[in-house]
Amino acid sequence: MALLEINNLHAKIAGGEILKGLNLKVNAGEVHAIMGPNGSGKSTLAQVLAGRETYEVTEGKVLYDGKNLLELTPEIRAREGFFLAFQYPVEIPGVGNAYFLKAALNAIRKHRGQTELDAIDFLNLVKEKVKLVELDESLLKRPVNDGFSGGEKKRNEIFQMLVLEPKLAVLDETDSGLDIDALKIVANGVNALRSKERAVIVITHYQRLLDYIIPDFVHVLSEGRIVKSGGKELALTLEEKGYSWLEKEPEGVLAQ
Amino acid sequence: MTLPTTDSFVSNFELAGKLGSEPLWLRKHREQAFSQFSQTGFPTTNDEEWRTTSVEPIATTSFQPASENNGYKIEKQELESLSLGTPDEKRLVFINGFFAPKLSSLENLPSGLILKNLAEALRSEPDLVEKYLFRQTDEKAPFTALNAAFVKDGAFVFIPKGQTVISPIHLLFISTVDGTVTVSHPRNLIIAEEGSQATIVESYWGRGKYFTNAVTEIVVGDNASLDHIKIQTESEEAFHIATIQSQQGRASRFSSHSTSFGGRLARNDINSVLAAEGSECALNGLYMAGLHQQIDNHTTVDHAQPNSISRELYKGILSGEATGVFNGKIIVRQDAQKTDASQTNKNLLLSKEALINTKPQLEIFANDVKCRHGATIGQLDENAIFYLRSRGLGEKEARSFLTYAFASEMFNSLKITPLKRRLERLVQTRLEGPMS
Repeated sequence: MALLEINNLHAKIAGGEILKGLNLKVNAGEVHAIMGPNGSGKSTLAQVLAGRETYEVTEGKVLYDGKNLLELTPEIRAREGFFLAFQYPVEIPGVGNAYFLKAALNAIRKHRGQTELDAIDFLNLVKEKVKLVELDESLLKRPVNDGFSGGEKKRNEIFQMLVLEPKLAVLDETDSGLDIDALKIVANGVNALRSKERAVIVITHYQRLLDYIIPDFVHVLSEGRIVKSGGKELALTLEEKGYSWLEKEPEGVLAQ
Repeated sequence: MTLPTTDSFVSNFELAGKLGSEPLWLRKHREQAFSQFSQTGFPTTNDEEWRTTSVEPIATTSFQPASENNGYKIEKQELESLSLGTPDEKRLVFINGFFAPKLSSLENLPSGLILKNLAEALRSEPDLVEKYLFRQTDEKAPFTALNAAFVKDGAFVFIPKGQTVISPIHLLFISTVDGTVTVSHPRNLIIAEEGSQATIVESYWGRGKYFTNAVTEIVVGDNASLDHIKIQTESEEAFHIATIQSQQGRASRFSSHSTSFGGRLARNDINSVLAAEGSECALNGLYMAGLHQQIDNHTTVDHAQPNSISRELYKGILSGEATGVFNGKIIVRQDAQKTDASQTNKNLLLSKEALINTKPQLEIFANDVKCRHGATIGQLDENAIFYLRSRGLGEKEARSFLTYAFASEMFNSLKITPLKRRLERLVQTRLEGPMS
């Protein structure tokens, strides 16, 4: 059974339909890249999978780990091992980064029937993970993303991912705004998480991140549907030719 | 306009007894205050200062003066939970307005510091009391006049010239009921002499239905620095009306942190007069009201002389069908050139039925001043809630995290850690209880 199976997914926001019958299957152990022009629905897909209520799912089904994902609240999705690295991580003044993450981790552990981590065990875990993304330890004590630079925010997302150890992680344009060094750090973080039990979906505009996170599959999203799928070489073709050549070909042939 | 039930106070005045041994000047002032109150009665919503808060529930309740011993024994644990948790806490405790020496803790006071109940201070420091008592406040204001007419006791704090008192001084007012609905009128006098420094904490806590009508007068001498922290955790049925009035000397510093959590109806009037050049004042406040609570904060900062600075931040959290009022007045007198004043009021509404009235008032008569003010009313940030939930926190928990974060900013400037922790715990308890 696939870890994630999306069938004919339609979703709209404020009246406008954005996802128009999207299909995707992701097995454990795989890394998928989703590419596509602006406005094609990449971020909508990420938000819908995370359970954002501002998007309305009008049709279709999403099976995650055998469960009907769309019926679960955002927090239950997280506790079941789903993780979204936000394109725009939210600043939360007054809520300590480590304090919040400990509460999140323990909510997940509790859901799984594991014992909650005490302050010392948590600190040890966090100290190990924070090194992987080369984040300054002082950022742990600061409020969540408050006053972080763009790069720090993105690395903080990956850091949270490493601590929460999701089964399925979706990275929504985590590479945007990163310089090459930060890009490598993010990629290292993602690669550290890769295993045969987990899967990663990397949403990106550019092929560049895929030099460091080698995907098993690349999909092209256009106007709310996957219009082409292929191996990692597809990303290179897209880099070279752009997206416009795809639009000229008839849909039926391209979808799967 | 006189409401009928000032009668219960009228009939009680003669019985009310007196404040300590009561010298002539005091007796006279109380009689004047009484006749003042008898004339004006309780304020109504026609009165500009009371436009948004009706005190009808107070005016229509018949109160009995509290008796000295209503048989209530405060448990050691209860007292413990109300203490500040600072080492070697100096404390004056009052029960229903009466001084409770056995619950107070006054050993080993730093030399020169006078900390005692007002009735006692009238005997031991008559000149000092006469010089300052009733002199800072607007004694014509209805509840202040009522307080003066009926005052039995209160706290007296005198910090002598040049002295720094490190650990906070705690004034703790406990109210309990014995079947009747009682009222107490504590009057506190705090004098910080030239160049002195101290922190005063004024706490209110109680059980049942009662009315606290408190007045605190504060004198901050030249170059003195005084921090005043108020923790209002009255019972859910209580009425709490209180005035804090400070007068500041040259180059002095005064800060007020007022936290309002309790009371069915609670009103604070916090006024500071920057009466001499180069003085600074900071007024900070946090009010949290749930259910049917009504909490009203009126503040006035009066810049009377040049080169003074005032900073004000009041934050409110309202849930259920609670009502909040913030009315902040900044006055800059003609002589008060180079005044630098700012005022901010931020409100978080957690329910559709909660209501806030916020009103900044600037009265500026000088021409070279810097004044800013702003007020915001908002809800919790849905993006932030979603972000927290997407990491596994439940919706309720996420909301509570964000509400707590909004409130806790108020405690950043508090230097006394145990006190800060106590306030943080109080906020948590409120969020899990009446605010949820």
